[in-house]
Amino acid sequence: MPNTIVKKKGLIPGRVSEMIISAPEIATKARPGNFVVLRLSPQGERIPLTIADTDPQAGTITIVYMVLGKTTAMLEKLVQGDDILDVCGPLGKPTRLDKVGTVICVGGGTGIAAMHHIAKGHHRVGNRVVAIIGARSKDLLLFEKELASFCDEVLVATDDGSYGHKGFVTEVLAKRLAQDAHVGEVVGVGPVPMMRAVAETTRPFKVRTIVSLNPIMVDGIGMCGACRVTVGGKTRFACVDGPEFDAHSVDFDELMRRLGSFREQEQASYNTYCECHG
Amino acid sequence: MAKKSKIRPRVDMPMQDPTVRCTNFREVALGYSREQAMLEASRCLQCKTPTCQSGCPVEVDCKGFIRAVARGDIETAYGIIKETNSLPAVCGRVCPQENQCEGHCKLAPTGKPIAIGRLERFVSDSYYAKNPCDAITGRDDCPMLREDLKVAAIGSGPSSLTVAGYLAARGIKVTVFEALHELGGVLTYGIPEFRLPKSIVHTEVEFLKKQGVEFLTNQVGGMTVTIDDLFAQGYKAVFIGVGAGLPKFLNIPGESLIGVYSANEFLTRVNLMKGYRFPEYDTPVPLGKHVAVFGGGNVAMDAARTALRLGAEKVSIVYRRTKNEMPARREELEHALEEGVCLECLAQPLAFEGDDAGNLTGIRLQRMELGEPDESGRCRPCCIEGETYVLPVDLAVLALGTGPNPVLLNATPELKQTKWGYIDGDDQTGETSIPMVFAGGDIVTGSATVVMAMGAGRRAAKVIARRLLGEE
Repeated sequence: MPNTIVKKKGLIPGRVSEMIISAPEIATKARPGNFVVLRLSPQGERIPLTIADTDPQAGTITIVYMVLGKTTAMLEKLVQGDDILDVCGPLGKPTRLDKVGTVICVGGGTGIAAMHHIAKGHHRVGNRVVAIIGARSKDLLLFEKELASFCDEVLVATDDGSYGHKGFVTEVLAKRLAQDAHVGEVVGVGPVPMMRAVAETTRPFKVRTIVSLNPIMVDGIGMCGACRVTVGGKTRFACVDGPEFDAHSVDFDELMRRLGSFREQEQASYNTYCECHG
Repeated sequence: MAKKSKIRPRVDMPMQDPTVRCTNFREVALGYSREQAMLEASRCLQCKTPTCQSGCPVEVDCKGFIRAVARGDIETAYGIIKETNSLPAVCGRVCPQENQCEGHCKLAPTGKPIAIGRLERFVSDSYYAKNPCDAITGRDDCPMLREDLKVAAIGSGPSSLTVAGYLAARGIKVTVFEALHELGGVLTYGIPEFRLPKSIVHTEVEFLKKQGVEFLTNQVGGMTVTIDDLFAQGYKAVFIGVGAGLPKFLNIPGESLIGVYSANEFLTRVNLMKGYRFPEYDTPVPLGKHVAVFGGGNVAMDAARTALRLGAEKVSIVYRRTKNEMPARREELEHALEEGVCLECLAQPLAFEGDDAGNLTGIRLQRMELGEPDESGRCRPCCIEGETYVLPVDLAVLALGTGPNPVLLNATPELKQTKWGYIDGDDQTGETSIPMVFAGGDIVTGSATVVMAMGAGRRAAKVIARRLLGEE
């Protein structure tokens, strides 16, 4: 019951893992687009992670994380059967799932996992779902099989050309948009430069485009304003107004800058942890 | 009334030296000794018709407990306070006593009212370990809790804790749902350790646990658990005490520069996440050499004093009016000034300025002057045309107040709101547009004080108890 890790699977050894966590209340309530906030130790920070999938019957949620700093490194040390100290959620506004015909879901890196839940939601409401996923190389590609189980098409791009299109997801996206005039919506989830590139790719096509933003958060419940982003010239809080916003109105430069606010401290904290824990 | 000259002055409370305390997070005010407390209590006139009690939102029998303190009977004093106040050790520290009990004291016009807050603090600190049931009922065993009449409280701040204390004392089971991982709401994330040690909040919460109150953390009202869920789970009434935590911003250029923080973020990083102990604790906190805090309330004082304790060389409070119009408690303002906080009065921010990397470097301010009084009775600040200047700072903290948090409200559209987006609750009972759903504290009134929220909790709890127990 208390946030037990039911299953853990390394997706990219030592870097990206998937965890299935027992959290019945969250599993029942979570909708595509929602996230949770985790805390691992009494001294620990609160980190937001998008819910990649849920199983309400089993009472579990799935999260996927990349080891980037101290907290994710600590998460990587946990094994099946361990409990996570705090799991708070579901948080954020769920994805708006309208029936629009064809939806293209673009995912990059660990963002593919978060995009998976959104794509699933679009499939459930009867949209035709095209997934475009990308990574540096074939062995770094996530969730291809899972997406293939319900998506109408899964298109792949790798930087090194080891699999699928050689190049960026946005090149695949642009080609697809040029061929298909019936795309009702595009969703982009991944690193900020990728989401910005998705926004620029779809802009000339004037297609509704949604991105799921990942600013620094502390409480995740609309209390501190750490996660503020500028959208359409207005200050919005990603935790309660988002995390999804109209890609064409987001100030990506600002998001990128603000993500670096605590980089030195984060790096120092991570380095100390690595020195002490290998 | 006694002549002014015959009234002994208030007994001073020992404080940590300002030059020492501005380098640590330990409590500033050290509290009365037993002798000091008895001496102060003996000044009380024991008025035939006391006015102090009516000045207290939770109706503490001040006259009664002070009489007991005067004769050294601290135990009786504690019982009297705890009868109506679930959080006396908190109230003794953070209430604006000068406007409430002490403001209504018959000695107030002489400038020497009884130090009721300090006495309340002394009494509750002396009786930490006392059996909670005994304090309320005079018996060792708590009243049997009625699970069939269980009540849910959303949020674990002062209003909900008061509801829990009041109902538990009358045998009703209460479950408190808190969204964060720690209990106490604003007492925990908002008020700094040097003004309200977290151990005090923990003790008050433990006291309620011993009375049978159940606490669940990581439960977000409206997300993890909705009001419909609670009624479906058999709760007979719901109290909403979620506070007003959504920070306000100035909406001026440069507000998203690195180095500009809401007071809520700054204080949450420090108080809740213990960022001042980074890297022992994982949450970093922004450190500034030259800090500007915007606002003139208690939160601004807390933020400024916190910045100082984190090692800032200069901390300035920027305020549109003058020191005299600041809404902060005088005591808090004085403490801040003693510690070395500077005031930049009659200044209004126009824009934040930064370097190419997006870091804050300064604030452009508009020089102001005071004009005629406005509707609030305070003099209106007016621009002095053409007089702008830049205050160089590398950290800015905005303590401009907060608005209603939208999470629970969005999830509960049938909950009637005021035009400002707060919950519309009945003035007398706190009952909302949904029957048996009550609300109180900042989510109804907007940012107010701890004891106002407690008063609202007490009013709602009385109605809930009456309805559930059929008492009239």
